[in-house]
Formats: sequence, C-alpha cells, structure tokens
Amino acid sequence: MTRLTSGGDRVDRSRPVTVTFDGADYPAYAGDTLASALLANGVRTVARGIYTGRPRGVFGIGAEEPNAFVQVESGTGEPMLPATLVEVYDGLRARSVAGKGRLSDVPDNARYDHKTAHCELVVVGGGMDGLRIAAEAAGRGERVVVCESSRVLAATLQEQDDVLLLNRTTVVGQYDHGYVVAVERRTDHLPDAPETVARQRLWHVRAGRVVDTTKGMEHPYAFPDNDRPGVMLAGAAAEYVTWYGVLPGRVAVVASGNDDALRAALVLADAGVALGAVLDTRPEVPAGLADGLRGLGVDVRTGHAVCGTDADSDGAVVAAHVAPVDEHGRGTAEPQLIRCDLVAVSRAWGPPPWSGQQVRTPGGASTTVGVPSVIRVPDGDGDAAGRTFVDLHRDATLADVERAVRVGMTHPEHVKRYTTIGTGADQGRTANPVMLGVLAELTGRPTAELEPTTSRPPAVPVSFALLAGRDRGRLADPERVTPMHPWHVAHGLPFEDVGQWRRPWYAPRGDEDMDEAVRRECRAVRTGVGTMDASTLGKIELQGRDVGAFLDRIYTNLFSTLKVGRIKYGVMCHADGMVFDDGTTARLSEDRWLMSTTTGNAAAVLDWLEEWLFTEWPELDVRCTSVTDHWATVAIAGPRSRDVVAALAPDLDLGAEAFPFMTFREATVAGLPARVFRISFSGELAYEVNVPAWYGLALWERVLEAGKPYGITVYGTETMHVLRAEKGFPIVGQDTDGTVTPQDLGMSWAVSKRKSFVGKRSYGREENLRDDRKQLVGLVADGDRVVPEGAQLVVAPGGVPPVPMAGHVTSGYWSTALEQPFALALLERGSERHGERLYAVDDGEAVAVTVTAPVCYDPEGARRDG
Amino acid sequence: MLYIPCPWCGPRDETEFRYGGEAGVAYPADPDAVDDAAWSEYLFVRSNPKGWFEERWVHTSGCRRWFTVRRHTVSYEIRDPRPIGEST
Repeated sequence: MTRLTSGGDRVDRSRPVTVTFDGADYPAYAGDTLASALLANGVRTVARGIYTGRPRGVFGIGAEEPNAFVQVESGTGEPMLPATLVEVYDGLRARSVAGKGRLSDVPDNARYDHKTAHCELVVVGGGMDGLRIAAEAAGRGERVVVCESSRVLAATLQEQDDVLLLNRTTVVGQYDHGYVVAVERRTDHLPDAPETVARQRLWHVRAGRVVDTTKGMEHPYAFPDNDRPGVMLAGAAAEYVTWYGVLPGRVAVVASGNDDALRAALVLADAGVALGAVLDTRPEVPAGLADGLRGLGVDVRTGHAVCGTDADSDGAVVAAHVAPVDEHGRGTAEPQLIRCDLVAVSRAWGPPPWSGQQVRTPGGASTTVGVPSVIRVPDGDGDAAGRTFVDLHRDATLADVERAVRVGMTHPEHVKRYTTIGTGADQGRTANPVMLGVLAELTGRPTAELEPTTSRPPAVPVSFALLAGRDRGRLADPERVTPMHPWHVAHGLPFEDVGQWRRPWYAPRGDEDMDEAVRRECRAVRTGVGTMDASTLGKIELQGRDVGAFLDRIYTNLFSTLKVGRIKYGVMCHADGMVFDDGTTARLSEDRWLMSTTTGNAAAVLDWLEEWLFTEWPELDVRCTSVTDHWATVAIAGPRSRDVVAALAPDLDLGAEAFPFMTFREATVAGLPARVFRISFSGELAYEVNVPAWYGLALWERVLEAGKPYGITVYGTETMHVLRAEKGFPIVGQDTDGTVTPQDLGMSWAVSKRKSFVGKRSYGREENLRDDRKQLVGLVADGDRVVPEGAQLVVAPGGVPPVPMAGHVTSGYWSTALEQPFALALLERGSERHGERLYAVDDGEAVAVTVTAPVCYDPEGARRDG
Repeated sequence: MLYIPCPWCGPRDETEFRYGGEAGVAYPADPDAVDDAAWSEYLFVRSNPKGWFEERWVHTSGCRRWFTVRRHTVSYEIRDPRPIGEST
C-alpha cells in the first residue's frame, strides 16, 4: 500500500469503496480516480502499448494521460477511457486496454439529455481562480456558467440565480460566436445509477465570453525506455500526493527542466518519497530550490538527465540511467545507475490544455527554452531510438520521426500523418511538444518556426449516445403520417419512406409478394377501380392579386389566363433552366390558387417561391402558405372510378362534359365537404377527393365501402409509379437529376415562348443547345427481365472497357398493360433514336432493349374520360 | 455554429437559418437582354473574398424572412443585419 495515512484533499476517507481491475479487488476511497486507486494499491502496469504490447503505467493525472486507458465494464460501460478521468464507486469494474477498447455488444439503454444555456460568461475550471472570476461577474449582474471537470468545486461561491455551477463537467468544444459544448457526467460515479436520471448531459451554451482558468500543461522529455511503468510527469506525481494522499513511488529520480519540477520534488520528499537524485538539464537552477532540496540531503545534479531505465521482470522501472548532457540532450559521459521505482519527468510547462477550441497546439511554446525534448545516450545501442517513445499512446518512437524526416516530411502535419503521433484519443497532449522539439532538432529550425498541428474538438472522448441524446430510434427523425395511417397500419400495409413521410408501398392480399400485389393492383386500376392515399403530395396555397403573374414567372408555361375552377400542369425550373419540380395548380377563386408539389420537394418549393417574392419581386401581392397537412387526399382511379364517386356524391354531375378533365368541383362527398379534382397520374379516368385532414380517415373508409360493389382495390406508391411510368410521366428527382431540361423530357409543349420565366434565358446557352443532350425515352425489353434503375445503356454488348455509355435507366418496371418489362431512360439524342436496339447492362449482363417513345400506354390519351 | 442576428427575431442559432449566398446579385430585369457571358456570370459566378462579405440568410425556422449581413469569412464576425435591399 502506498496510501498516506492522511492528506489528499480530493478523497473522502470516511467512504471506503472496492474497485475491481483486471479481475482483482482493490480498496479505494470515494473521490479517487481509478488511476489514483491503482497507484494507491501499488498496481504499476495498467495497460499495454497498442503495437509493442509493452507494459504501461499511469503517466499523467488528467486528460493528458497517454497510457492508462481502460475499458469500464460496470454500469453502462465505456470502451476506452483514461483511468485518470474515471471516478471510482463501490463496484466499479474495469479492464486494461492495449491501445484500443472494444465496443459493447449490448445496447446502451441509459438516458442522455441535451440542455441549452445562455450566459455572458463561461468559466472553465472551478478552482479558486475560476470561482473568484465567476463571483465578480455575477456581482456585475452577469449570467455565469462554471464548468469543473472534477467532482470538486471550490466552496467560495453558492449557486444562485444566473450562476450555474457544474461539477463533473468537461468543456469539450468551443466554436464560433461563443458556442460552448460541455459534457456533464451525472451518474457515472454512482454504484446504482437511477434509471430516471440522465447518465450524461450535453450542454450547449451560448456565451458572451469564455475564461479558461485551468492550469498549464506539463511536457515531458523523451529518453530511451521512457515508456515503462514508473515513468510519470513530475507535476502529476506531486498532485497524486496532494490530491489523493497517494505516493506514486517509494524512491524517485526527478528528471527536471524547469523550476516547477523542482518544487514537485520537494512535495514528493515532504510526503516521504526517497529521492534517489534530482536532475536538471539546465546548467544552473535557482539556488533557493536547489538548496532546499540539498538541505534534505537530496543529490541535486544540474546539467544532468535521465537517459534510460532498467525494468523488473514485470517491465516496470527499477532503476534510472543518469548522465550529464549537453544543451542538445546528448549524454557526455557514461550513464550511472540509480535505483528507483519512479522517474518523475518534466521538461517544461506549456499553456493550459485546450478545452475544445480548434487551435494549433501550442506544442513547442513553453516556459522554458533551451531544454532538450529528447535525451540520447552516449554511444547508445542502435535500438535506443526505437525504444525512445515520442507518443506513448500511439507507440510511435524517435526512430519513427527520424524515418519521417528521412523521407522528406518536415511539416508537423506531415510527420503527424506519417507517424500517427498526436492522433490518439489523448490528442497527443504529451506527445506533440516532444515531436515538435525533435523535428526542430532534426531539421535545424527553431521550434518556434514550426507550425504546430491542429487540435480539434472534442477535447476528451464523447460517446455517440450522448451526442444523439433523445434523438434515437423513432425520435431520430420526425415521422410524418397521413390521417389514414391507422388504417394502413391495421391492414398490415408495408411502408415506403418518402422524405419524412411514411407512405403505403403496396397492399398485399394473403401471401402475395410485392410483384404479385403490384401486378394485381395495376390490373385493377387499368380495368376496374383502385384507390390510394395521396395525402402526402405537397400543397401550397397562394393568395393575392398577383398570383397569376407570379406563377407565369415561376412556371415554364402560362398560368395567368387560367379560369377559376380549372387546373393546369406546370413545370418549374431553376434559373439554370433545369427542372426543379412539377405538379398541378388549381385556381380556387380570382385570387386564391392551390399548387401541388412532389411529396419530397414541398418544403424546397415553398422556400423557392418565398425567395423570389422576398428578394426579387416584393412588389407582387402574393402570400404562400403550406397546407400539405391541412388536406387529406384520396385518389380514385380506373374506368369504374366514376361509379364510385357517383355513389359518394349523388348531387355531383360527373359527366365528362359537365365535369371535364383538369377541372375541380366543390361538392359534398360521403357527407363531407370536399374538393374533387379531375386529374390523373395513371392515364385512367380518375378523381382526387380532398377533404379537411380530420375527415381523412372517414373519407377513406367510405370510399372503400362505396367501392366494394366495383371491387375497389387499394394500391400504394409502387403501383402508382408503374402506372405513371407507363404513361411516360417523369418523377422529378427519379427520372431527372438536376441536369435535365423540360425539353429533354419531351415537354417543349409546356415551355412558353411568349412570356419570360425563371430559367428561360438559359435555354439559349450553348450547353443547352447541344444536339447530343440526353433525352427521356422509353425502353421495352425482349425477355422477362426488368432492367433496374441505374443500369447503363450501351450500343453493343461486350466490348473492351471503357465502353461508351449512351445513357442510363431512370425507372424500370414490369408492365401489366404491355405484359412485358419496360423502362424510362435518359439517352443521348434519345428523341431521334426510337426503334433502335440497345443494351442495358444489369449486374454484368447485357439485356437487349428497344428504344420507344416515353409514353408506352394509351399514347392518344383515350382513357382519361373513362 | 454561428449565432446569427435576424433583424426581426434577434440572435438565433445557425440551424434555424438557410444560407442564401452572396447578396446584391440581382436577377436581370430583362434576362433576354443580357449576353451569354453576363447570364453565366449571374448564374454561376460569385465572389469569394477573404474578409468582409455581404451575404443573405433566411430565417426558415423562424419568421421566414430574408435579410442581409456582413460576415468576415476568416473571423466569422457578423455585422449590420438588415432587411433585403436596405443598405447600411
């Protein structure tokens, strides 16, 4: 046992606990970290090198720890945490790790929360300084958030209105405009974490300013066999004494390069650690400190350094090699052996460990200049450079840096990538300064001239579960459902996700698979009547005197002349002339219009309309409102659809002349107030009945009831896709990809030559006048094979790669109308190539296809009136 | 994450906004009157300065209004939020 009988201001000796490490039980106190508990029990080897497998001990005391990574197995568990940051509790179980942990194979069911705070000041570090600054700011009426990584907050400030004191809270990221992200560990220190309390909280703080009061960061120098258990930062060694009442060794050799390390030596000596020697690489040290040590009988040697270690059979330090060194760290005499179990090393102190800002690590910059970063033995054996570890966490050595420089790497970022130095979970806090020093020496440049590598948040490892917070599973993304959704669920319909919408995909009967169901549904619509829930289609209501003029500018075709009660199909393009969306728009009254958009594009279209109205045409009197969720829509399609609608709306004259195609009527349908649109996405006689959303389910059920005598068949998105493809109706985003003009789609008829609209000017651009543009065509295959979306079209099968691609399939289905597979495709010069034989390459096989017009079913449109 | 001052709603997190690109790129009053080079310039070419930049944002999850700010592309400092079309 190396626990002192008293002292240690972070541990509570009235609360003994037991921890288990690598299967063995150890006593500890509440307030210990796993690192201090293991040191208190004389456990020297706590991990192994990731590549070398060499034994490693505790090297630091905080986030800088490069060695002592453990897998926490109790509680929620964590695959890889530095033992220096794991707070003990009774029953803590952990295991040593060789460089990398293992992800748990059971789900993490703990709760994680996100919280937001706004304040004038964030103070990083809850020590005396931090709380003094916080109190001053609070006194000025400022809102303050204090984040202290450890359990212990100085007791000088009480939590009060506008002062938030967070212990066990680590600032992991600092971003633009005072955005600070911190992790609060709420239950990780509890043996029985209550399920109702979030295990961790991620704080999102918007701060006027951030003050970092954390102490500076200690940098070691490197020397041969500097990775052995027993080698530790000198400041950390002293803090194990003062914070935890733990002696990190019995006999120490202090390897110093700065005054603070000499003070650390005094702390160790005062606590009863025997000092084998105190070495300082500097030729002179302050007399007060040296005399203080010598007064205790300590052997203080200036101009000396540790240049190696000896190990016991477990690989831990039993002796230090000590030699006089020059200012470059080269030994100038034969090393002498000094027996010890602790080598406490400290080259210099740098700025505080960054708390998550994206910064160039201030690696070389430190309080002491002229202290070497690496010690080389006089006439050392050739392998010494390979055992001189620059990055303990990555097992990267002096020899690795030398090799990097030999092959031409001179920038620290290049050396970092070549050697992996600084890429570990510790972010190279102890390694980067050594690497910079070595690189400076090897390339003959001052350290200050080297541009340090960049540190990026998070400052300490953060679990994905915490980042996800409550946005997991069903809450990961909002799920939009229609008013008819309960019916679809109750009848076991499979769903297709379209954006955030859940849409019924097909409606299988019995054991039908999708192909069978879709063929049956298609036949029903083509020969009888089918119905689908079309509520997800985007709907935007436009109101104002100038809607007609506005739509003329937005759509490629003319809308202002549309009469009230009529509907028109429109295509809208971006200014580059490429198709952006399409759909029908109805004129509800003189100054009210209802636009429909593609399901997945509704928000983008609304944004687009508003952008033009706000930024270019504020003089237009137009207001846009999304009404997608306000209306439920039931499509009733097929030659018998008129019978079904007639049964539901006996007062409505459904004659082809009284209620023609592309018009709508206000009517009572199934006793509900409705708008009935005579539009068709299948080519068949069809009606789309719209009712206020809360009537959606009622309408759906009444349509099914009224349709029973006609064998009404529920269909889903898959059948809808097949039916529209047979008619050559493209789907924006499936048959187009942002490089397709209306002309490419064969829709020149919808592009006005008389008026100006967004995109029109681009049709005069050279690129859009090329005669080898890809155009929409239909394809019919010889055999039974459906060529899938994405298949490339080639002129001849086989051939030596690279084979020129003539186009690609955008939609491919089995057509029940044609009794054969068909497809839509974008094909170079496609409109001139109808009748040509091509090959669609699917899964390495060339499928013979014949190019046709895009409309392969009822090209005359004879079926739309039933 | 930027903290963006909406002229109507005050400062809000960047996630509430959509970026609108360089400000002051007006849609030509008569697109047919400009030549191909000028039209291409309007469609595709934007300045990309290191330093102060006039740019547009829209408060999509808030008031849905468009506005212009000056943002420094190195420091990300934001100044002079104002409605579209208003000069500082």
